[in-house]
Amino acid sequence: MITAAAPIRARRVLPGFTLSLGTTLLYLVLIVLIPIVALILKGAEIGPARFWAIVSSDRAVAAFRITLIAAAIATVFNAIYGLLMAWVLTRYDFPGKRLLDALMDVPFALPTAVAGLSLTALFSANGWFGAVLHPAGIPVVYTIWGIALAMAFTSVPFVVRTVQPVLEDLDQSLEAAAETLGARPWQIFAKVVFPAILPAWLAGCTTAFARSLGEFGAIVFIAGNLPFQTEIAALLAYIRLEEFDYNGAAAIALVLLGFALVLLVASNLLQTWAARHREALR
Amino acid sequence: MSAATRPASPGAKALVAIAATLTILFVAAPLAYIFARAFSQGWQVYMSNILNPMTLHAIWLTSIVALVVVPLNVAFGIAAAWAVARHRFPGRGILVTMIEIPFSISPIIAGICYLLLYGRQGLLGPWLQANDIQVMFALPGIILVTMFVTAPFVAREVLPLMQAQGSEQEQAAVTLGASGWQVFRRVTLPNIKWALLYGTVLCTARAVGEFGGVSVVSGNIRGQTNTLPLHVELLFNDLNAVGAFAAASVLTLIALIALAVKSLLDARRA
Repeated sequence: MITAAAPIRARRVLPGFTLSLGTTLLYLVLIVLIPIVALILKGAEIGPARFWAIVSSDRAVAAFRITLIAAAIATVFNAIYGLLMAWVLTRYDFPGKRLLDALMDVPFALPTAVAGLSLTALFSANGWFGAVLHPAGIPVVYTIWGIALAMAFTSVPFVVRTVQPVLEDLDQSLEAAAETLGARPWQIFAKVVFPAILPAWLAGCTTAFARSLGEFGAIVFIAGNLPFQTEIAALLAYIRLEEFDYNGAAAIALVLLGFALVLLVASNLLQTWAARHREALR
Repeated sequence: MSAATRPASPGAKALVAIAATLTILFVAAPLAYIFARAFSQGWQVYMSNILNPMTLHAIWLTSIVALVVVPLNVAFGIAAAWAVARHRFPGRGILVTMIEIPFSISPIIAGICYLLLYGRQGLLGPWLQANDIQVMFALPGIILVTMFVTAPFVAREVLPLMQAQGSEQEQAAVTLGASGWQVFRRVTLPNIKWALLYGTVLCTARAVGEFGGVSVVSGNIRGQTNTLPLHVELLFNDLNAVGAFAAASVLTLIALIALAVKSLLDARRA
């Protein structure tokens, strides 16, 4: 996470300010800002009444609902699994630990389309997992569980990598003190460790949730993309584009953009809280 | 600092076992499955899948995109880090948030933004058409949207490091009479080279693997604007699973190289 606070004491002694800031602003304005403004202008052009009609249509509401539910399932899973991974990777030494740690970066580096392709094949009837799950009557592919699975895969590093440094920094003498006072391991975790990592954990979960809401590449493979059943919001926007319904696409995209910006602010606030929390614990 | 110990209690052993099992099933298996399926019909079929003209064209197009996007992004990342970490100015916090925006926006939204700007019905559409410039459904559109999606990757590796390192060394160099470029080349660059390398590799992996945004702006024209990730989807929809996995294995290899560089970097830091 980039923070704005920097230890700079001197006045502007170092050269290159105009050049570096100019380059940065030029890139940001041309590549990031103007395209986003184009979307917002399109939204304004649609007008509130039509905008509302588009985003409150049955199909759009169903797509938003499916996206939110699947993202919530994925985030709950990652909240637990990510916390477990962060804990195990900071607290224990065991053979294969470095490999396990490296594997936590795979979802980050692997293209989402590749992840989607592999998960789909893995869980379809003739894949390694599907061959077991299908006869047991647990279809994953083409269900909301498949969507949640793809979302969970692509967003798990956010939880692990946010909680891990905080756990590493934690002063273990507090835990030792609690142990001396007769606390049981789960009590130590609940009363000493968990409150200390709570802000970072929530920040990680928020980022993971935001990422899940916007995920597309991994999901289109596994979802089956049936309207009202397994059609996510990002895909509906994409379909509207293919139908040349630019208003429809823009309205849905704006709602997703709104979600993303609210979650970005929430995550930044949580990160600031986490950083202050960390300082206070030192 | 917390110290890692060998898991002694049965509870600790169980936690490690659960974590390892989940990760093998959830992360390692999908990774292994890519290569298992790509090579399921042998090395020769794999090679003929890779050497298929359409696949080769997709690899070529994706390479072009990365070759254009990554250097521009490195320049942007260094400039942003230099401006934010070495200077004080109003709006620094807003600038940092702006750099992070593409990271939290769905690539699909990025694609739609670009279509609404450069597309036929877009804001610049009439002007572009009058001047016969094709941005959408062509290489420029793919490059632009990839630039959007990868914008934060170099900056977010280099900036925190430069902030943590402080500017004393650079100020000393300036005091001793070094010019701006000399300071950058002799002082800053050696200090940030590993973070810069990691950011570059991550940016490359992301640029090469971008799917959602590119799929909006490319128009999926087979043999023309089909990048490698789009080609994977196309082969999958053609029910050519082995071909899709062969193409995917190339992308996976790039991702694994990125991870190897990161491990090297972590080992150096430790």
